[in-house]
Amino acid sequence: MTEHGFVPYPVLHGVVAEFTTPDGLVSACKKARAAGYRRMDAYTPFPIEEAAEAIGFEKTQVPLLTLCGGILGGLSGYLLQYWVNTSAYPMNIGGRPLHSWPPFIIITFEMTILFAGITAVVSMLTLSGLPQPYHPIFNHPRFTAASRDRFFLCIEAADPKFDLAETTLFLQTTDAIDVAEVAD
Amino acid sequence: MEQVPETKATATMERLLPGQSPVLTPGHTLETITDKIVSIVLRRPVTLGWLGGFAFFFGLLNMMLFAMAYLFYRGVGIWGINIPVGWGFAIVNFVWWVGIGHAGTLISAILLLLKQGWRNSINRFAEAMTLFAVACAGVFPLIHTGRPWLAYWLFPYPNTMGVWPQFRSPLLWDVFAVSTYATISALFWFVGLIPDLATFRDTAKNPVAKVIYGLLAMGWRGSARHWKRYESAYILLAGLATPLVLSVHTVVSFDFAISIIPGWHTTVFPPYFVAGAIYSGFAMVLVLAIPIRKFYGVEDMMTLRHLDNAAKVMLGTGLIVAYGYTMEAFYAYYSGNAYELFMFKNRMLGPMAWSYWCLILFNILIPQILWIRKVRLNPGMLFGTSLVILFGMWLERFVIVVTSLHRDFLPSSWGMYVATRWDYAVFAGTLGLFFCAMFLFVRLMPMITIFEMRMLLPQSKLSEEVAAND
Repeated sequence: MTEHGFVPYPVLHGVVAEFTTPDGLVSACKKARAAGYRRMDAYTPFPIEEAAEAIGFEKTQVPLLTLCGGILGGLSGYLLQYWVNTSAYPMNIGGRPLHSWPPFIIITFEMTILFAGITAVVSMLTLSGLPQPYHPIFNHPRFTAASRDRFFLCIEAADPKFDLAETTLFLQTTDAIDVAEVAD
Repeated sequence: MEQVPETKATATMERLLPGQSPVLTPGHTLETITDKIVSIVLRRPVTLGWLGGFAFFFGLLNMMLFAMAYLFYRGVGIWGINIPVGWGFAIVNFVWWVGIGHAGTLISAILLLLKQGWRNSINRFAEAMTLFAVACAGVFPLIHTGRPWLAYWLFPYPNTMGVWPQFRSPLLWDVFAVSTYATISALFWFVGLIPDLATFRDTAKNPVAKVIYGLLAMGWRGSARHWKRYESAYILLAGLATPLVLSVHTVVSFDFAISIIPGWHTTVFPPYFVAGAIYSGFAMVLVLAIPIRKFYGVEDMMTLRHLDNAAKVMLGTGLIVAYGYTMEAFYAYYSGNAYELFMFKNRMLGPMAWSYWCLILFNILIPQILWIRKVRLNPGMLFGTSLVILFGMWLERFVIVVTSLHRDFLPSSWGMYVATRWDYAVFAGTLGLFFCAMFLFVRLMPMITIFEMRMLLPQSKLSEEVAAND
């Protein structure tokens, strides 16, 4: 990059292989991982759990965060009712106790679900970096097929083991029907 | 995976019983599924039939706005309600609409957890149905308060009046249950849409459509990492929505059951309200699905199998509802309580007896024809039966609300209830709101979940050696 921020030639995002079957993609992912590549991503038109595992993405934080959200929601629902009924606005109705917990359960339950559900969606999007207006993978000329009928594996240039010629050659040994470079 | 004989090969590799329709007609591939669903929105021209239908329901919607404007001007006195029947059409319609929404959540969440693959082609529009039905339901509690501009008093927030809502009241539970339900349904629907919106973004030729679908898809690119989080969040939402949907109609039934009015104060209300909700909801699913699959030519994706399964769910929940009615009568008899006994006698023989016997006819007797296989596989008959059930379920709420209230404890405070034209105008108006939204939905959004349909295909499954080779 020059001092004016001008990029003289396209910086590489990675090398992308295109597959026609989930089998081809998943076995290529496994091969790439065995060959020592780590910074890569697979793109598929529907969820393939084995693809995520094959590129080394085993666990997501979404369930744990959702649990935390649910606990927070339940606690805030119950404590709000407790506080309102015992100190903020105590009402003596027929001599019943101010802290009458059974009727509080319903709103506690609803708040648990509400907070957990919102946390699940927000954490799923935030952890994935969505919404994301730009991503270099969209520079691939046929990437629109990734939301249709094609499967892509991208080995990123940021991978320590990445070497343009070698990685391209490696991807050509898989079942890929096409291997292309994608600019950043 | 079970071995499938070649002769019975279906698109989804399932084993069929003799004479059973497949969930997805054979011959589909990843491309044809995508193209077919996308083309309904992006390639198909707007037809006269669509415009006519939309115009009709848009007219009804405007009638509702007019009726509501007059209501706010004059007050709830323009309705047929008075003492003793203070809850008329507004509550009847509210319960009816909330109930209809429940089938959408059942299909999208509970059937997902039960791994029912046939849900994949009907879940999207059933979720949309839920969303619009809850919107219609939400209209009524709001406008029946008389001063809807003060409805925010129901929410707990620190205010200068120094008052807080009464958390022990079922009406407040309703606020929390229904607003949580609306929020979670909207999230569930939108999360399900994201990958399909990306498909729309990538397929749309119109630049404006491309930008709008692109914004809604939020840059979704189908990354394996994203899919993993996505699946995780989706199944969690389904797990959360399942107890939620059961709780919502339970809370709605508490509006009645927590009170001491004869005919309302029974423990059978929560389960039989939930069953009734699913009953009417599946009827609405069929009322929508049967014309949609015909007019949009998606009979290969919403097959007779779906109609058959939906009819069986209706039959099952309908029998639970019938059990509920029987138990209501039994409680009245077995309680030995004079007011309960009188309430039931009055319900069956009093001035509102027509509504009770119509209810038994529409909700219990006529739907028994669903035992016949030929009826379950005949879209026309199913459509008619579903309409009958929808009307029957509306009558059920009418019977519960009105016949219980109009003659309670003291004969001196008895009264009658007759709905006015404004009651009917608002009710018909919400039908307009609902169907307008559905008409827009089928033209603007993928009404069948594309990525889940792809997963039904055999070519989407990994071969065993690739899946196992670790």
